[in-house]
Amino acid sequence: MADDINIQTPLIEVKGIKKKFGGIVALEGVDLRLFSSEVLALLGDNGAGKSTLIKVISGAYSPNEGKIFFEGKAVKINNPQDATKLGIETIYQNMALFDVLDIPTNLFMGREMKGSFGILDRKKMRSQSVEILGRLKIQVKSINQKVKNLSGGQRHAVAIGRSVYIGSKPKIIIMDEPTAGLGAHESSKLLDLIKELRENGISVILISHNLQHVFSVADRAVVLRSGKVAGERKITDTNPIEILQMMIG
Amino acid sequence: MEKLENFKSESRFNHVPVSPKHLKNVLLSFYQWWALILISILLSFLCYPSFLSIQNLLNVIRQASLLYVISVGVTLTILTRGIDLSIGGVLAFSSCMAAWFLKMDIPIFIGIMVGLGLGGLCGLANGVAVSFVKIHPFIATYAMMWISKGSAYVFMKGDIIFELPPPFRFFGAGRLWDIPIPIFFAGLVLLVFYMLLHHTKFGKAIYGVGANIEAARLLGVSVNRTLIVAYTLSGVLAGLGGLLYISRLNAAEPSIGELFMLEAIGAAILGGTPFSGGEGGIINTISGVLLITLITNGMNMIGVSIYWQQFVLGTMVILGVLANQSIGRFSNFER
Repeated sequence: MADDINIQTPLIEVKGIKKKFGGIVALEGVDLRLFSSEVLALLGDNGAGKSTLIKVISGAYSPNEGKIFFEGKAVKINNPQDATKLGIETIYQNMALFDVLDIPTNLFMGREMKGSFGILDRKKMRSQSVEILGRLKIQVKSINQKVKNLSGGQRHAVAIGRSVYIGSKPKIIIMDEPTAGLGAHESSKLLDLIKELRENGISVILISHNLQHVFSVADRAVVLRSGKVAGERKITDTNPIEILQMMIG
Repeated sequence: MEKLENFKSESRFNHVPVSPKHLKNVLLSFYQWWALILISILLSFLCYPSFLSIQNLLNVIRQASLLYVISVGVTLTILTRGIDLSIGGVLAFSSCMAAWFLKMDIPIFIGIMVGLGLGGLCGLANGVAVSFVKIHPFIATYAMMWISKGSAYVFMKGDIIFELPPPFRFFGAGRLWDIPIPIFFAGLVLLVFYMLLHHTKFGKAIYGVGANIEAARLLGVSVNRTLIVAYTLSGVLAGLGGLLYISRLNAAEPSIGELFMLEAIGAAILGGTPFSGGEGGIINTISGVLLITLITNGMNMIGVSIYWQQFVLGTMVILGVLANQSIGRFSNFER
């Protein structure tokens, strides 16, 4: 068990989370802790409840039962805005991008920068978009391109850029299958980015089916099975076979 | 984390070289404007010299202005991936009520406010239905069309209101520096709504909601408020169009404005604002409105019957939609 970290107050802690959809129980009393500057892998087979759990944390779902504590204080996360206010940003699997809109619009949607008279400062948003993509070491032909014309890795960069750089600096970033559909080079760039986020004091909850990727970046892993926690390990204390066994029971 | 202002970016943004293929794509994307120019040239030859007279051109632009005012409203709703089918009925209802107040011995300002206000109210109802009650825009605005049109008929009891007060007639029939007043209204609508759509947060929200409503919601965009405002504005603009229309007609009755719905939606689609939402805008709608008005004007001059005109218009819209789709499909350029 990850017992050295017990001394710290977790950045976020959820206790006894239950979530039902009609008759289907997606989460049957899940406890989870995330500490600062930590990459936590959330693992499990399809239908284990990973997506549901992160949607509870990100405010997309409300749990039927359970408590959430942020930096030790009890909080309610009833909608995505509550999560954002706490500093929790989520990058969903479909990335919630606007395909037919350009890069700056995607980056700044909902948090546009205003100039004088309440008018949008489009020049500044454009130049910041350029900087953000540069920071993520992503090259695009033109910042005014529609996002649908970008590659998978570039689209991910836009989604990540939005979570990390727009608005206030987040404390937690949740990534749902970020390397799915990415080539080897783009995956490795993304994993480097996750490490960089940790170095900058941002914790990451990472859902991934790719155990190789998980073992290369994560500090701890929590495995869900059928809506319950099947096990929790420090990555250095375990191996893919044990993880797999916990996943499938 | 480094502050963004201090970061010197090493990003390389290769500006796309102006290759022949790229140029071709850019030129193709303006196909409506090319079509416009071509048709204008064609008509100038076919209907020489009357087509090119200042009077006729001003006439065309005046007609287009009226259609434009209404089409901007529809464009807004289509941008949100919705539609407003009610504009014909809303126009009729708000104009008839406005006319009734205009005939009373009170300032015309009141009648004008009634017209705009009623249009806005119908639009508000549409907006609430679409956003909070989550009724599909087609169904909500279709229902509103019948409700508003029916209300107009009930209110008017088969009567027509004639002879509106001269000060009011100025808006639709008057001129300033020999330019018909409706053209100024269209210009004003263009200015105001261009600023709204492209320089405000609300404008971004409209495009965002149309492009991906769930993503917009997740990002904290007030989706419901955006939809309500869009549909309300569509109603107000239908009301404004109606006022300009009855001002020129000098009469108001429930059957007015029936063609406007088809023409306004056709103009938005032809102009390049697809039903899928999030793309196009009110500049695009200008070309659509001009195309429709020009062709109608040209057909009138040549003497084409009004039934054939509708056939031509319908065909045009389909061809325009196909052109839009194929251009979008075969190239990956930005519009």
